[in-house]
Amino acid sequence: MASESSITTSSYIKHHLQNLTFGEKQIETAAGTWEPTGQMGFATTSQEAAQMGFWAINVDTILMSIILGVAMMWFFRSVAKTISTGVPTPVQNFAEMIIEFINDTVRGSFTGGKNDLVAPLALTIFVWVFLMNLMDLIPVDILPLAVAQGAALFGADPHHVFFKIVPSTDPNATMGMALVVFGLMLYYSFKIKGTGGFLGELAFEPFGKMALPVNLVLETVTLLAKPFSLGLRLFGNMYAGEMVFILIATMYGAGLMLGSVAGLLQVGWAIFHILIITLQAFIFMVLTVVYIDMAHQHH
Amino acid sequence: MDMGLVYIAGAIMAGLGALGAAIGVGLLGGRFLEAAARQPELVPMLRTNFFLVAGLVDAVPMIAVGLSMYVLFAVV
Repeated sequence: MASESSITTSSYIKHHLQNLTFGEKQIETAAGTWEPTGQMGFATTSQEAAQMGFWAINVDTILMSIILGVAMMWFFRSVAKTISTGVPTPVQNFAEMIIEFINDTVRGSFTGGKNDLVAPLALTIFVWVFLMNLMDLIPVDILPLAVAQGAALFGADPHHVFFKIVPSTDPNATMGMALVVFGLMLYYSFKIKGTGGFLGELAFEPFGKMALPVNLVLETVTLLAKPFSLGLRLFGNMYAGEMVFILIATMYGAGLMLGSVAGLLQVGWAIFHILIITLQAFIFMVLTVVYIDMAHQHH
Repeated sequence: MDMGLVYIAGAIMAGLGALGAAIGVGLLGGRFLEAAARQPELVPMLRTNFFLVAGLVDAVPMIAVGLSMYVLFAVV
């Protein structure tokens, strides 16, 4: 928030779209430039966060994604430990449903022979991305307010504590996952096709030996576009969805009439959003499997 | 900056995104129904792929709407 006394729609939205950034503290000089102070700490304004540069860490993104990842692993582990061949418990049924769904999808789209990594990877990506997206359905002010009040106990100014609870609205998280997928694509391309095979595919397709530079440019762009679009699609969808939720939340401050409309809108958008978050998690998973499958194809 | 231009920019973003996606989803739904009528036994497989492609198409207007909202309410 720009100032404590007046909260405008614009400052409210910007406050909600700012990550909790940890890095080298910066201070604004009289000339309007930024100087590093040499101390580590949390950014108190979004300008300061922007000045922190490459090595700044978005603590909220990392914290939420680790919590959700641990919750996911704990759930599947607890089911695996108490699994029985008799009458399954409802929890076991639920876990089996997810695993069978992933299993069917991977069998349908992965044709590259035996690979023990793809199905567990697909399961991890699907459930983890789904849980990260699910944070979108929590009303936008609850957790940030709780965190700000908690930070106030430790002496921080609650108006300058940012907290974004949806990790997938941070491009660092989605592009990070897309980069891991890209790394796997390259690994399997080199492993299955061999260095010569993979480079040959980049150089000699689709126009043959005579148009080598054209092929190289085209194929490199195609290759790089895959992780780029994979990460940005998830980020864009979640960011837009979060944006609409924040806009609806601003309506609550505009009197009883608009507030009650906002209640209806929020429920409606949340129900529609259940479809989007599941679909985006599913698409991320299917595209991962398809990309790794393409890395397995001989020509 | 002239405020009017910002509104027009937001409207163009949201409108053109919705236009493209509407055409896309229309074609997609029509083909899905045709295929389902021709081979009803393939409907489960078709439905999965339908939702997959619908999600891919859906991403574009969603992102456009989000960005236009950002331009309209947060940038100004």
